[in-house]
Amino acid sequence: MSTEKQQEHRKRHIDETEDTQSDVGQSDVGNGEMDEAFVEDLDSLLDEIDEILEEDSQEFVENYIQRGGQ
Amino acid sequence: MKRRIYGLETEFGIIWTPDGPRKKTLTVQNVVMYLFREIVAGRMYPDVFLENGARFYQDIGCHPEYATPECDDVAELVAHDKAGERIITRLASNAERHMKNDGFHGKISIFKNNLDTPGNTYGCHENYLMERHVDFRQLASQLIPFFVTRQVFTGAGKIKPSHRGYYAISQRAEHIREEISIGTTTARGIINTRDEPHADREKYRRLHVIVGDSNMSEFSTFLKVGTTGIVLRMIEDNFIQQRFALRNPVKAIREISDDITCKHQIELQNGKRLSAVDLQWQYLECAKRYLAQAESDTTTAQIMARWEYVLTCLETDPMQLEREVDWVIKWKWLQTYLAKRGYDWDSPQVKHLDLKYHNVRQEESLYYTLERRAEVERIVRDTQIQHAEHFPPERTRAKFRGKFIKKVNEGKILCGVNWSYIQLYEPYQILYLSTDPFKPEFDEASRTIYSI
Repeated sequence: MSTEKQQEHRKRHIDETEDTQSDVGQSDVGNGEMDEAFVEDLDSLLDEIDEILEEDSQEFVENYIQRGGQ
Repeated sequence: MKRRIYGLETEFGIIWTPDGPRKKTLTVQNVVMYLFREIVAGRMYPDVFLENGARFYQDIGCHPEYATPECDDVAELVAHDKAGERIITRLASNAERHMKNDGFHGKISIFKNNLDTPGNTYGCHENYLMERHVDFRQLASQLIPFFVTRQVFTGAGKIKPSHRGYYAISQRAEHIREEISIGTTTARGIINTRDEPHADREKYRRLHVIVGDSNMSEFSTFLKVGTTGIVLRMIEDNFIQQRFALRNPVKAIREISDDITCKHQIELQNGKRLSAVDLQWQYLECAKRYLAQAESDTTTAQIMARWEYVLTCLETDPMQLEREVDWVIKWKWLQTYLAKRGYDWDSPQVKHLDLKYHNVRQEESLYYTLERRAEVERIVRDTQIQHAEHFPPERTRAKFRGKFIKKVNEGKILCGVNWSYIQLYEPYQILYLSTDPFKPEFDEASRTIYSI
């Protein structure tokens, strides 16, 4: 239950942060620290996604052919 | 609610990517043979039951397929479905080692989705043990509108070229051609008529559902099977009085899939127009009335709460479900990644990342990257999944099957196993039948097997 709550809290935090960004167009000063943490988090997640896409996308996608199943 | 037997069958997509200087290629068939090598133990055909009671085999079109053991609880089913992903992942790592020894260097990718690049499809089939007395026509007419519309929270998301609308909710919708059909490889129906209960046929039928997408999200799997189980119970008890008959269900399933705002209205036979979410609300309201007079249990209460939550979100803004529902999670992260990295929607990177969402090998997977960072909601704990990899459910016939398999594997005893029977060959020559999947032990068989 506690992890669920943490995730919910975190979700709200992300939502609020996004709202702040889109409404004001730039980070609110009071939330500066929180935003920074959020951006850092997102950046490192995107870096991880870069890693899983390391191979040649064009070649990989073209080669992905299966026989039809059920 | 009364107990029911549930099961999920997943056909995985599989591809081998060679590396190293020589880049030796291999056919899918060969890769699948390597995958099965350590568990087939001299059998002619790759088709085995495992110690957790599940079946793992090669299905039509060379797809490795994992069929969960019989579960009587939906959360437990989610754990067993996830256990299947982990088992195939482990087999893939071992297969790569064997292949390397044989001079084939590279990587196996395994996808839990329903489409390859040219658009061939493979399935995730749900199985529900049902009471035989229900009139099939009535069953079909009350289920079709439900199956057409539930994709708003069960869809796995399908990317489309920008000129064709970017994104659709469901991977399977476009491959559904009939309302009712026996076919699973062509002319697939919203309702499939295959009826092999693997149980007492007088009491039970099996509802074999082929219309759904494969889900990565535990939340989507939980709701997909959970809501369907509740709707079936209402049908069995003849509780649904409303008529939701659709003018053209096959057209409707595609139209709903094509509208990610979830606002599109489909036409009913009586001329009214309703959105998928409207129709789901009606099923939910009916279920609330039904459950008010039935015995409740924790899992059913959790399903109901989550069902209401997703419909509330879908009604205002589907994108609120960015942690719960597969098609929304994937859409969110495809968008975010492309925007940050400056890729075009029609670029190969989008298609690649779409596939990666469904990769079950965790270090290669977009879904599991998100899970690791707590960006998606869970239904079960990792320890439950680990347990399900090795142990069968406790309250169904799978319990005995699992224990039996463990024993014969250890003793290298020759036997034949299927969902509803276990056969010991020479020198025992005994056949044990089980026509009651709710019964976890075969008394007589237990005595024999534990005396061996």
